[in-house]
Amino acid sequence: MSASNAVAQRPPAQTGKVRKTTFNEGTGRLAALLLSPTLIVLVLVVVYPILSALRESLYTSGQRIDESGFVIKGSEFVGLDNYAAIFSGETGERFWNAFYNTTFFTVTCVVLETVLGVAMALVMHKAFKGRSIVRASILVPWAIPTVVSALLWKWIFQADGAANALLGTQILWSTEGWQSVLSVIVADTWKTAPFIGLLVLAGLQTIPDEVYEAAKVDGASPFQTFLKITLPLVKPALLVAVLFRILDTLRIFDLPFVLVGPNKQSVETLSILAYLEANQTRYGPAAAYATLLFLYVAVVAFVFVKLLGADVLGDAVQKKKSKKGKDRDSAPPGVAMGSAAGMSGVGSGV
Amino acid sequence: MAMANDAPAKIDVKAAEAGPLRKYAPLLGVAIIVFYCLAPFYWMVVSALRRPTDQFENSIIPTTWSLTNFTDVFKPGTGFGRALLNSLLVAGTVTILTLIIGMVAAYTLARLEFRFKNVVLAIIITTSMFPGISLVIPLLKLFIDIKWINTYQAMIVPSLSFALPLAVWTLTTFFRQMPRELEQAAMVDGCTPAQAFYKVILPLAAPGVFTTAIITFIAAWNEFLIALSMINKKELQTANVVISQFTGASGRDQPFGSQMAAGVVVTIPLVIAVLIFQRRIVAGLTAGGVK
Repeated sequence: MSASNAVAQRPPAQTGKVRKTTFNEGTGRLAALLLSPTLIVLVLVVVYPILSALRESLYTSGQRIDESGFVIKGSEFVGLDNYAAIFSGETGERFWNAFYNTTFFTVTCVVLETVLGVAMALVMHKAFKGRSIVRASILVPWAIPTVVSALLWKWIFQADGAANALLGTQILWSTEGWQSVLSVIVADTWKTAPFIGLLVLAGLQTIPDEVYEAAKVDGASPFQTFLKITLPLVKPALLVAVLFRILDTLRIFDLPFVLVGPNKQSVETLSILAYLEANQTRYGPAAAYATLLFLYVAVVAFVFVKLLGADVLGDAVQKKKSKKGKDRDSAPPGVAMGSAAGMSGVGSGV
Repeated sequence: MAMANDAPAKIDVKAAEAGPLRKYAPLLGVAIIVFYCLAPFYWMVVSALRRPTDQFENSIIPTTWSLTNFTDVFKPGTGFGRALLNSLLVAGTVTILTLIIGMVAAYTLARLEFRFKNVVLAIIITTSMFPGISLVIPLLKLFIDIKWINTYQAMIVPSLSFALPLAVWTLTTFFRQMPRELEQAAMVDGCTPAQAFYKVILPLAAPGVFTTAIITFIAAWNEFLIALSMINKKELQTANVVISQFTGASGRDQPFGSQMAAGVVVTIPLVIAVLIFQRRIVAGLTAGGVK
């Protein structure tokens, strides 16, 4: 692949100017035309709803009874009342609880999944026998719908289920408390750690053997090699995978909703909270929760990209200037990107 | 997924000269990974194959094999068969729509040079990061107003929000891996750029497109939140929603046997597809290039 890639990425540094072929002449308008269907659809199903949610969160909706006992239908502008309500009193407690749960799930699951995923990738990279079996089996948790895996783990964590039988305990897993939190974490980790492993493996395979040989000649210990060579070189692929996992887990819904159930304080996440509000036709508060979650996700993504410099666009962007010609070999970001996007889409229901 | 170049062509010198522990440690690791991935899945299959009366048995192999759970799932009244068709219809339509719209965009992004290209790429990748619930709530309200609740389009249209960025990204990387010389040769032979795409690139990119189709289909098939929010009529619910609300045909309060059977039915096609998709990806990466 690296051979064809090197050909595919035309050296842009051939001439200082923009290379114009007949193929690329007058492409601005053509590009706009060809991209318009995709962009229009995305505006309709993503941008419009986000803005609409923002507007909606400033209104109350549904039926209410006014002071004189008449039923009011339709929405009424209430300014920031919905937000004020979220941050105060009992709803405030519920919101902060959901906020805490969401954050806790994200941090715990992503750390566990990353560590396990990297470990799996290292094992797969070393293994020469049974590689096709391991690759096939690693895709099984990924392909199982989250709802089905939630039910599967609910069954395993049943009072007289497999988990208690194996552990010799009598824990009521899917009730309120730490045990239900743990069951969600186990189920999420099971489903996504292998896929992180797959992405990291793709990154590992692009590291040339010479680098390791050089390290060996220089007398580096295996641990040093891992820390000083493997980790920095898979970092681009790993960062993108981790970013997508973080954003995915921040919107976690299916798993706690099906595995433990709605209205369970210990596993209620922001998505579940917003869903339950919408289900009660309280669209104003629901939209406010949804907007807050959106802002939270946006801030986390921004900070992550800024602080760690995750190359999200990766190989799909043609580098304006190739840095010391090094970019030509760096296939992993783009390669990982395709699959990371795949994971994000598939896991979007998590 | 650069799985093409992992064919066991290299010989690991270190493993060959090391002791037996070093030699077998990776094999042990592989066994652990396979067990980790497949044990819960195996448990689902085994639980589905027990008799409903043996449901709480914890033996590794069922004492009595039975397909009762599977026949239970498809009994009239569960609505599971219909739900499977609904899932297939929704996920299939989403996949086809996404491929048609996304392929043009992906090819444009992979090949044409224009201003704001990186901006467009950034926008597309950003849209895939938005939490589903933020989109579902306003769309739910909109669909109530335009009477789309309990229709297929109410599930299909919102699903494009995650399926389209996903497909555009995967396809862009696929198209980008194809050498530009292919189109140039086609155009030397007298093709227009559109013809070059249609007659040369598309057939060569078929494995990549097929792979994208499978990834998109799996994503749409696994969707839960949209289907749960937009539909409250049993006849239109997708398999995922129906399974999650399964009460079982025989009215047991914990129909885990039937749920596991339903889960197996929903999952097995995906697992088979993934196994095919594996080969396709390898073929896609090794085939469509100029030597």
